[in-house]
Amino acid sequence: MDFQLTDDQRALRAGVRELLDRRFGRERLRAAVDAPELDRALWRELGEAGFFALRLPEAEGGVGLGLPEAVLAFEEAGRALLTGPLVATHLAAGEVSGAATGETVVAAVDGTLVEWLDEADVVRGDVTGAVAMRSADPLTPLHRVPRAAPPDPVAALLIAAEQLGSASRTCELAVQHARTREQFGQPIGAFQAVKHLCSEMLVRVEVARGAVYAAAVTADPLDIAAAGLLADEAAEHGARDCLQVHGGMGFTWESDVHLHLKRAWLRARRGQSAAEAEETLAEELAAVAPGPRT
Amino acid sequence: MDLSYTPEEEEFRARLREWLAKVLPGLPPKPSPDDWPGRRAYDLGWQRMLYDAGYAGLHWPADAGGRGATPTQHLIFLEETEKAGAPYVGANFVGLLHAGPTIAAEGSAGQRARWLPPVLRGEEVWCQGFSEPDAGSDLAALRTRARRDGDDYVVNGSKIWTSHAEVADWCELLVRTDAKAPKHRGISWLAMPMDAPGITVRPLRTLAGSTEFAEMFLDDVRVSVANRVGEENDGWRVTMVTLSFERGTAFVGEVVACRRVLGELAREARKNGRWDDAVLRRRLGRLNAEFRALWRLTQWNVSESERSGGVPGVGGSVFKLRYSRARQDLYDAAADVLGPEALDLDSRWTLDRLSSLSYTIAAGTSQIQRNIVAERILGLPKGR
Repeated sequence: MDFQLTDDQRALRAGVRELLDRRFGRERLRAAVDAPELDRALWRELGEAGFFALRLPEAEGGVGLGLPEAVLAFEEAGRALLTGPLVATHLAAGEVSGAATGETVVAAVDGTLVEWLDEADVVRGDVTGAVAMRSADPLTPLHRVPRAAPPDPVAALLIAAEQLGSASRTCELAVQHARTREQFGQPIGAFQAVKHLCSEMLVRVEVARGAVYAAAVTADPLDIAAAGLLADEAAEHGARDCLQVHGGMGFTWESDVHLHLKRAWLRARRGQSAAEAEETLAEELAAVAPGPRT
Repeated sequence: MDLSYTPEEEEFRARLREWLAKVLPGLPPKPSPDDWPGRRAYDLGWQRMLYDAGYAGLHWPADAGGRGATPTQHLIFLEETEKAGAPYVGANFVGLLHAGPTIAAEGSAGQRARWLPPVLRGEEVWCQGFSEPDAGSDLAALRTRARRDGDDYVVNGSKIWTSHAEVADWCELLVRTDAKAPKHRGISWLAMPMDAPGITVRPLRTLAGSTEFAEMFLDDVRVSVANRVGEENDGWRVTMVTLSFERGTAFVGEVVACRRVLGELAREARKNGRWDDAVLRRRLGRLNAEFRALWRLTQWNVSESERSGGVPGVGGSVFKLRYSRARQDLYDAAADVLGPEALDLDSRWTLDRLSSLSYTIAAGTSQIQRNIVAERILGLPKGR
């Protein structure tokens, strides 16, 4: 057993982080808030970097990697708040022409929501009767549709990976702020009340990380259901605590904290609902005498 | 990221399973919780069986008489013994998991030869004399003092929360040997024979009604200077070295047990009709997610310590914070599965619910753990 990142996986993560820092840094993020449109050039660059073709076999022009690598890439996307129908396009690689290379932008019905419908070249699922919403997330245009699409476990796992990345980022932002912001003559991070908020954020991140990475290895729907629950908790609760640590500044539009919180709320509404995931996991308990799989 | 076990690890598991299946049916009946001599004999007997089968001191270094097993093998050992219903480490806890490793790391050749083999063979029991009435979370504020008198230290003071004090042969004792030095620099580590004159042990009754630990009063107790491990006044460092034996495996058996209990809860709820309550069902489902994740985090921490050659990661405090709360949530859920039966001390899980309350306090309260995570992992400034 070696449940740690391999050197190649570390390199992949670093590569994606470097690409997103360079092409979707803070300035670009804030520009996207003011004008939420899909950056086609960035989309093609993601395609060239293999973001969409990551799990496609090499014989089909893909990178030939697996779910763990995809999870690491989506974790970075979540961390950077990268915009666009990333999961739908990734899942369409090999099935929709041009998706793998980033030439084609693919959107999909997820539950009763569709992200980026107007910007997409191809839409998967039934969008008859789609109605535009005034999206709570300024970085994600949304439509609602009357007929729900069944949740896809791989999509749920990649969304959980994005939640994990966001949770890890809001923990970092809270800690950075707590180290530098001074009140009563000392950094607020020296106060236990603030320290303990930050510690709990990290605990939620690390527990979610174990669940998400393990689900990436096993691809077991129950592991994915568990990963989704814990990653949603880490992202939503983490963004709220990050906001609290930032005080009044956290409540402003110019802070990035609300962007993480709103996206976390949106992702939590995608895929399987918390109630369904909990019922699935409860059913498993009653069905068999479970021992930890080894 | 690889969750599969190597052929060597699988072989280790298979041989262990085979051995457990062979020996467990022949164990004597478990002694009653109040029968301390019985518990001592039972726990030592099990340790002797482990020793004879080559499983004693699995995680100890080979030059200390251990097996030098990898963290993953240790994980497998704890997982399989729990699944098979084997006895717990019990009275051997301090000897195998704290005092022994301390002596292995810091003791002289003579000290290692004197104290380590009896622990491995299941012949001697150790207890821990660290906490004091006025030194709990702030352990380094301890005041039990040791005055040098010829070849002896003369020890006066009191210790508290000492498990197995009634039946221990030795106590790993932290004493103040320099009252003028800064608090961390005036402490020494002594091995105190529990039959020395001047030791009074008074059992403490827990809120669960049992006497799991004791107070210890030390009145002019003479301890040979030769029983000091490490230099005089270097005892704080000596003690902390041992904490690095924590390799992410501290709660392996318990997480396995909690997952079994969770399944029992679900089946009990099915039987008594409370399964119809969607709120309770969903709570159990979420606990399933919780303990699955804790199992994965255990595997993650064990792999991390395996890669670093046994050096512990920073994950111990993170794990303990989440696990201690999850355990309490589990037994609170158990009470809701039982309904009014949860008030019957003879009901399954009621005593476990009571004892789960200690988990957020013992071995570093959750508040102290949060300080550790904030200061040592997140790099937040010290302060209050």
